Amino acid sequence: MTAEIGHFSLILALVVALVQMTVPMIGAHKGWSNWMELSVPAAVSQFALTLLAFAALMYAFATSDFSLSLVTANSHSLKPMLYKLTGTWGNHEGSMLLWVLILTLFGALVAVFGRNLPPHLKARVLSVQAAIAVAFLAFLLFTSNPFLRLAFPPLDGQGLNPLLQDPGLAFHPPFLYLGYVGLSMSFSFAVAALIEGRVDAAWARWVRPWTLAAWMFLTIGIALGSWWAYYELGWGGWWFWDPVENASFMPWLVATALLHSAIVVEKRESLKTWTILLAILAFSFSLIGTFIVRSGVITSVHAFANDPERGVFILMILAVAIGGSLTLFAFRANKLESKGVFSLVSRETGLILNNVLLIVAAFVVFIGTIWPLVADLTFGRKLSVGAPFFDLAFTPFMILIAMALPIGAMLPWKRADLARSIKPLWGMMALSVALGALVLVVQTGTLMMAPIGVTLATWLLLGAAADLGQRVRLGKTELRHSLLRLFKLPRADIGKAVAHAGLGITIFGISAITAWQTEDIRVARAGDSFMVKGARITYEIRFDGAKEITGPNYTATEGDFAVLVDGQQVARLKPQKRFYPVSNMPTTEAAIDIGFTRDVYVVIGDAQDAGGYAVRSYIKPFANWIWAGAIIMALGGLLSLTDRRYRVAAGAIRRQTPVPIVAE
Amino acid sequence: MRYVLILFLLFATPVFSVQPDEVLTDPVLESRARDISQGLRCLVCRNESIDDSNAGLARDLRLLVRERIMQGDSDTEVVAFVVSRYGEYVLLRPEFNGSNLMLWAAGPLMLGIGGLIGFAFVRRRRTVPADSLTAEESARLTEILRSDVTSG
Repeated sequence: MTAEIGHFSLILALVVALVQMTVPMIGAHKGWSNWMELSVPAAVSQFALTLLAFAALMYAFATSDFSLSLVTANSHSLKPMLYKLTGTWGNHEGSMLLWVLILTLFGALVAVFGRNLPPHLKARVLSVQAAIAVAFLAFLLFTSNPFLRLAFPPLDGQGLNPLLQDPGLAFHPPFLYLGYVGLSMSFSFAVAALIEGRVDAAWARWVRPWTLAAWMFLTIGIALGSWWAYYELGWGGWWFWDPVENASFMPWLVATALLHSAIVVEKRESLKTWTILLAILAFSFSLIGTFIVRSGVITSVHAFANDPERGVFILMILAVAIGGSLTLFAFRANKLESKGVFSLVSRETGLILNNVLLIVAAFVVFIGTIWPLVADLTFGRKLSVGAPFFDLAFTPFMILIAMALPIGAMLPWKRADLARSIKPLWGMMALSVALGALVLVVQTGTLMMAPIGVTLATWLLLGAAADLGQRVRLGKTELRHSLLRLFKLPRADIGKAVAHAGLGITIFGISAITAWQTEDIRVARAGDSFMVKGARITYEIRFDGAKEITGPNYTATEGDFAVLVDGQQVARLKPQKRFYPVSNMPTTEAAIDIGFTRDVYVVIGDAQDAGGYAVRSYIKPFANWIWAGAIIMALGGLLSLTDRRYRVAAGAIRRQTPVPIVAE
Repeated sequence: MRYVLILFLLFATPVFSVQPDEVLTDPVLESRARDISQGLRCLVCRNESIDDSNAGLARDLRLLVRERIMQGDSDTEVVAFVVSRYGEYVLLRPEFNGSNLMLWAAGPLMLGIGGLIGFAFVRRRRTVPADSLTAEESARLTEILRSDVTSG
């Protein structure tokens, strides 16, 4: 019964979305305020209905209702409750429903919190948002209905992919979708602005928080996925340049560019058309990503749901959304005038450079991802584009960005004196290069990766510190005053420094693990001890034997390892090799001793015919810095998001009391 | 990253890629073998190198690579041998020739175009440099400032 309620609410949501798509748009065109106002209750009820449908599906998963074909195919009565619940989105149909739920959630948030948006703009934004919802609700109902019943329900389900039975992965999709779908908000604002033919600082102030929120979630989502791959796949790989990973990375790159260009619109009323174009591109890449994951056109490690019918449907959505918005852009873009003037050396120029590099980098990822398809269709060449290509073609852009970032971040708006602006940075630059040179001398390997990475990471970190230091006049006034200034600084400025420092930390982690990781592969018998040489310390690993254990829905071989440094035990590691009988699949559970400067990573493999087990051990230097950096970047975004000007813009209670200015 | 790997399931049960019995005793040769393996695609997998893959065919290829190395082939000879057998599909890093030049040139080309457009835009929006005031102007400025102070 609940499934039918879910099914009907989904159909009703589609009907509401159809109304919301048309009525407010006509109202905005004709200036009928009651037609425009319809968008608010429509957006809220659309969300409520989708939420009801989602809850019904989750209930079916929780109660293991095997009369639903989706539950039968993706769940099992023995599964732990947490994974029954997260299993709701661990499949094509359910994840699509989550996608739509988040889409309607964003619409409802604009409806509720956008009280001080101009009524015309608000009606148009919600109407565009509803148009996207119409497309995806129809896609869900006509090609991927999660509520289909089975005539003869089986006694038990076929289980969930055991790799998905993991906390990291269970919460990876919601974050990723909040990011992907959050970009629909900037898209709707962009299309609404094109229809209105007006973009101003206020527009940017409304758009930027949504983009920032989406970007934050996307950052966390990508980091979670990468972290999951690191500990679950058994060899500590954390990025594979797989088409589906690229599908989430391209929107991230474009969203990062959008975040920065929206600042220029907000502060200087310049780069308007470009920002609109980026908003369209960012969501377009989200849609392309959805297409890549769900059509199976591009072979990927993650490919699933390779249903041509679904692929064609998404391709149609893609064509209408991207084609339509770009056509609108072509006709209306010239209506948007930019005002601000600035000189060659200015913050504006710095941000334009940032945008050019990020967009070209996104383009490189894009062309690498679709090249196998293009080469096959146009040139008849069957070829692969993998990690070695991306490492080579993408990395230079990141290096350029990292080099320019601290300078651009410290240039004043409008017109800067380059020599004076970068004066506080010379010392930082010298220090970074010196540190890189030191690494070059000390390290035994020949890879240039580590020295370059260390130089850039230090440069970014010190650059962020210098930026803050200058803002609080550190050293130019009493320390007490500097600290006071730090507290009074707009949160966006602190967020900016934090996010840029996060990038430095990620770059450091990536270069360190790439350059200095060591590995040991061997057959070990109980009682065996072996040495694994790390970058700094040599670790002794002692294998104390393995035993068979039984989990809730799996059996496992669990190894017992002691990690010793100079005879002192530093960690006990218990890697597992699991077997899930329901799905007939083995998985590895690596055991990791997580450390600040290194991870000790041990994996146990098959029992060998001659006795003993295959054992793989790694020392992975500074591995956690990769994800810590990403989380710090997201945190920087969060700080910016809580900046006073957005709270005011979002309609929060205005504080009339002026913020006192510290006397110098 | 999500559906992660229904495939890892289908093709590459994530257990072990390089097995202990495959490892060459000479660490230099072994590290060459690993480097080569990372650039070769596991043919039955999707987008995975034979170094990462656990599939049977990947193992066969890893052994083949090591066999060629032991016979004294150089890295390029080993790769050329594998390509002659399985075609360029096996290369994770596409060859730098023919239509692939477009792929390789795309990034630098876009950067050039993007840089030019960006530069042209910045030039168009440039303010008239107003750093230096003429002697008259600065005298007038001082006057204004002074009168402002006295009046206010």
